[in-house]
Amino acid sequence: MARTDAINSLQTDRTTPSDTTGATGSGPPGAATESGIGLRSASKPLSWWARARRDKVLLLMALPGLVLLLVFHYLPLLGNLIAFQEYLPFVPFGRSAWVGLDNFAVIFNGDAEFLNALKNTLLITLVQVIFVFPAPIALALLLNSLLSERIKRIVQSVLYLPHFLSWVIVIAIFQQILGGSGLINNFLRSHGMGTIDFLGNPDGFIALLTSQVIWKDTGWGTILFLAALTQIDPGLYEAARVDGASRWRQLWHVTVPGIRGLIILLLILRLGDSLTVGFEQIILQQNLVGRPASEVLDTYVYNNGVLAGQWGVSAAVGLVKGLVAVVLVIGANKIAHIFGEAGVYQK
Amino acid sequence: MSTVQKLQNGIDDGPAMSSRVLKTVVLAVCCAVVIVPFLGVISTSIASQQHVTNSGGFVLWPDAFNLDAYKSIFNGGVVQRALLVSIVIAGGGTLISLAGSTMLAYSLSRPGSFGQRPILMIVLFSILFSPGLIPNYLVVKQFGLLDSLLALILPTAISGFNVIVLRSFFMGIPESVLDSARIDGAGDFRIFWSIVLPLSRAVLAVVGLFYAVGYWNAFFNAMLYISDTAKWPLQLVLRTYVINNTELSSGDLGGAAADQLPPQESIQMAILVVSLVPILIVYPFLQRHFAKGMLTGAVKG
Repeated sequence: MARTDAINSLQTDRTTPSDTTGATGSGPPGAATESGIGLRSASKPLSWWARARRDKVLLLMALPGLVLLLVFHYLPLLGNLIAFQEYLPFVPFGRSAWVGLDNFAVIFNGDAEFLNALKNTLLITLVQVIFVFPAPIALALLLNSLLSERIKRIVQSVLYLPHFLSWVIVIAIFQQILGGSGLINNFLRSHGMGTIDFLGNPDGFIALLTSQVIWKDTGWGTILFLAALTQIDPGLYEAARVDGASRWRQLWHVTVPGIRGLIILLLILRLGDSLTVGFEQIILQQNLVGRPASEVLDTYVYNNGVLAGQWGVSAAVGLVKGLVAVVLVIGANKIAHIFGEAGVYQK
Repeated sequence: MSTVQKLQNGIDDGPAMSSRVLKTVVLAVCCAVVIVPFLGVISTSIASQQHVTNSGGFVLWPDAFNLDAYKSIFNGGVVQRALLVSIVIAGGGTLISLAGSTMLAYSLSRPGSFGQRPILMIVLFSILFSPGLIPNYLVVKQFGLLDSLLALILPTAISGFNVIVLRSFFMGIPESVLDSARIDGAGDFRIFWSIVLPLSRAVLAVVGLFYAVGYWNAFFNAMLYISDTAKWPLQLVLRTYVINNTELSSGDLGGAAADQLPPQESIQMAILVVSLVPILIVYPFLQRHFAKGMLTGAVKG
């Protein structure tokens, strides 16, 4: 969800400049300041202080939300400084000793536990890009080709639902189906076959994670693609048909190019998340499969930081992870621009 | 949408029979994969004791309508308390989030207002970068919020994304409506309260429900910040007693020690159903609005 959220917002913002000018242009220019009631569509520039005074109510209204964002989003960014400290939780903040890059040694010296977490993270990302990413595209194309609007609605209602469940609920449901006394194993037992350990099997852990993500979010993921599909000019299909294109050729030459921009956009955002994989989902199931198979960077930070008290080292890993994500998004966006795609944001 | 489809399917000779059958089967399987587990969860929570025991703990279709499991969890024990906590967090949190977000979004939606650019940047960047687990934890700790329900509300109270959605909706309200109110002498707050908010009911419903679902589902923050079991929200109870399979004693459930309990599986599934119900109740409303509320102006490209 967080991903699609970000896209929506960025795209929204891209449309705002024109909105703004549209709104200002519609008012009677100049009339506002002369009548002295402080309309903001003024053509005469006001001084800095006069504008602040005029908008004091607006500024006050923005304040609570802004403070919450600053305190709980931007202050923690500063908190990343403990990555450079020998942080002790019971000493007041800022009194811990500065240790320079010592905490980063675990990353650069190739600590085995860290490397294992990194390996698992990248492996899970790779598997999910291959299996999770295309699933909503395929489902959206399938839904889009349905004849009946009503059936489409019903199917959508059903398939969107799991997205709104918490990970705790999703995993509880999976346990009921796949667990030792779950539906499938009961069936196998009652038919005299051996049971399968789906949940505690380290080799199958990535498959388990992947199937859970697909179950939860594939339906929801179709929303964006379905919206993009409606934007394709129907004339293109007509033209393709006149040229004798079969339905598959139409799909390949009209539909796919029509949603290519969105696919690339989502891939870029996915890249930014490549070091972030299903934290809640994994923490909840880690006991069953053990840490070697399930440790990813986020769980490494949690287990070593909050639980084992290595605050500085964990913050260092978290910081590097965040920086890598930013670099990946910006880099991928550059590449998208080079190939003439819109990317996540414009230059 | 409909024109595309007509062109694709109406004028065209339509897909072949075989592909139509294949489509139906694929979609039916997809729907079944979602529906069957829900059915099983609800069935297990209401089936009779013997039925649950005989079928090894999970029932697909109940043989009876037996509310014992629900009676036992609403006996005043840990589940009932957690339900109350979850309701308080979701209700109070949604109010705080909506108040903060709508006011912030409104002030960002007035063209040319003072300080708009930098504030907008602050909101946008908060969507792109997340500060990381450890620093978040330390900030909550520094503010003395550990083991306080506020720790489950304040850190996630403002979602930059929701602010942007609200802002783009507010910007769509015709400026002339607001100007005429201004000429009648209304101040910014008055305009926001008496004109903008009433015009924005649909988007307020969507954003409010998104916040509410977020608070209801939040599990990790509770695990991180709340150690006092009396303040556990429902998701932590689910984790402990359903996923980790900790046995619920009748003491946990607020009953006398000698009470005969329904099978653990039924109790677990009853807790699961209780935590599902609010989502299932708000879902139709969400469903009606989200496509509209989320996509208007959002996905134009």
